[in-house]
Amino acid sequence: METFVFYVFSTILMVAAVAVITVRNAVQAALSLVLVFFTSAALWVLLEAEFLAVTLVVVYVGAVMVLFLFVVMMIDTNTAILREGFTKYLPIGLLVAVVMAAEMLMVVGSQSFGGHALPLPHPASYDNTAELGAVLYTTYVYPFEIASVILLVAIVAAISLTLRRRQGIKRQDPAQQVAVRREDRVRLVQVPTVRDIPLP
Amino acid sequence: MTFAMLKIAAAGPEILVLVGTCAILMVDVFRSPREGGSTLAYWLTLLLLLAGGVLTVLGFGQNAGLALNGYFLKDSLGDLLKVFIYLATFVTFVYSREYLRERGLLKGEFFVLGLFSMLGMLVLVSAGSFLTIFLGLELLSLPLYAMVAFDRDSAVASEAAMKYFVMGAIATGMLLYGMSMLYGATGSLDLAQVSAAVHQVVAGHADQQQLVLVFGTVFVVVGVAFKLGAVPFHMWLPDVYQGSPTPVTLFLSAAPKLAAFAMLMRLLMGALEPLVGQWQQMIAVLAVLSMVVGNVVAISQTNIKRMLGYSAIAHVGFLFLGMMASEPQGYSAALFYMITYSMMSLGSLGMVLLLSRAGFEAERVEDFKGLNERSPWFAAMMAIIMLSMAGAPPFIGFWAKWEVLRAVVFAGQVWLAILAVFFSIIGAWYYLRVVWFMYFEKARDVTPLVPTVGMGAMISVNGLALLCLGVFPGSLMAVCLMVLSR
Repeated sequence: METFVFYVFSTILMVAAVAVITVRNAVQAALSLVLVFFTSAALWVLLEAEFLAVTLVVVYVGAVMVLFLFVVMMIDTNTAILREGFTKYLPIGLLVAVVMAAEMLMVVGSQSFGGHALPLPHPASYDNTAELGAVLYTTYVYPFEIASVILLVAIVAAISLTLRRRQGIKRQDPAQQVAVRREDRVRLVQVPTVRDIPLP
Repeated sequence: MTFAMLKIAAAGPEILVLVGTCAILMVDVFRSPREGGSTLAYWLTLLLLLAGGVLTVLGFGQNAGLALNGYFLKDSLGDLLKVFIYLATFVTFVYSREYLRERGLLKGEFFVLGLFSMLGMLVLVSAGSFLTIFLGLELLSLPLYAMVAFDRDSAVASEAAMKYFVMGAIATGMLLYGMSMLYGATGSLDLAQVSAAVHQVVAGHADQQQLVLVFGTVFVVVGVAFKLGAVPFHMWLPDVYQGSPTPVTLFLSAAPKLAAFAMLMRLLMGALEPLVGQWQQMIAVLAVLSMVVGNVVAISQTNIKRMLGYSAIAHVGFLFLGMMASEPQGYSAALFYMITYSMMSLGSLGMVLLLSRAGFEAERVEDFKGLNERSPWFAAMMAIIMLSMAGAPPFIGFWAKWEVLRAVVFAGQVWLAILAVFFSIIGAWYYLRVVWFMYFEKARDVTPLVPTVGMGAMISVNGLALLCLGVFPGSLMAVCLMVLSR
């Protein structure tokens, strides 16, 4: 049963992955990618890695892909130009890929791996979120910190490449708005209420 | 597990660099933008590099061994490379300042990205596991992609950044695939354990398993060759060298190469040493191709940055020759070569920066014509750098080539040594052409050279170091041999 479910999800995943790079419409490609993430999450659940599965859906589908869809909808991509070389180079690319895959399969197969013992399956009460929490900041603290620095670099790089301070545009400066005093904005003027109006 | 078990002191300089970089980022953000650019960020960066370098020197060879649960390997090889990485980054920033200021690019982000990239190099140099190698490599590369595109209005720079990014992604993919194969065959990500498992497989003549290991090794070597720009994985390198703003070319020509060399050592010498007979052949092919293509194609270049790009390819060929010779002698020759090359590369691109000024890029080889008339001192410096690159005695480049050749002959590969000498002679032509231009051609551009004090002093130190180390190469060689003796 489990094998059957695995193959069903794997097939959907493969089809969706191929769709990501072949469909003409960029929005459809992004949605196919969402499907890819969902099915991989399902595969992870099959592997009893439920925390990773949930994170994949929450982070990638919930946050990253939604942003990505926004971007795809905002920008006007001319797919015809992007695909110009695709059909031209498809045969040769396909040929090289098939030859390489065949060569690699001839060298290594599944029989090549098995020199070491596979980990035993965990009991049903095994809580993999708690296990992750226990090792993330202890055993894996160094790789974890480096990964966080990489994310910081991504932020710094993205901002330094896109932030452009244009001159001469009108914008609000909240700090200035907060710091404003009454004297800067209001001028009290004594207006005489009664004035001698010269009669004609 | 207790905190003491992490042995966090081993990573002291890295932690200092990380904290310092974040501090510089914050200081720069909260300072209002000024006319001249972020001078404060520049000085703080130099201070941080100095502090990190001093800390590394003080802790040289101490606390050796694995730390941070086996992800961090502290040894004297790593310490030596780290000291030179600090030095190369320092020199890069000193050279870059004036160029960036003249073009309005002197922003805090440039230094922050550079420091983050350097942090990645430090992580990579002292990696104790495949995981740290991968993370260090990513941390090294990502800021570099952004730095190549730093001059946003330049179309060539954007193109170079795109090429670099795509090629870098492919290289990382190859490397990861190779690592996954090695993991599948050995069941461990830890370099020491992988080494032990590989040793067992080789000793036990388990052919099927050894096949997987060799298969993984192929991909690992390809990944590293991509990063170092060895032929036939060099296509990105000349374009990136030419397209990037010159300070960025300078940066990625020196310090990241040292880190990539460390990666090569950690993987091939550290984890896959028992398979030496297998990867020797792969590296020999890469070395010969790199020397042929690098040296021959460089001759026809008119753009000096592109020429130096091809020269970098040729030098990587020599480096691989040293690696191929293996044994402590070959490794130390390769290490010596890499350190020497990074110094020469800094000097050569530093001279390009020195000749450039606001609104003028000294990118053509012809821009060096008649440099002797304009400034005999700097012409002499450039001559030293070029002759050293060509491998002429008494400069240090000669000793670097000499050591590699000696190791290769010692390993019994005489024909490879002959080939290397032959292509070095071909390569000498385009270096000597620059010298010829400087001394025997009339200057077209007679604007007097007025470099800033820091820049002029640094170039002079750089050039004279090549000469002094060339006359007395013994100490550096001894250090290289010492860190590799087990």
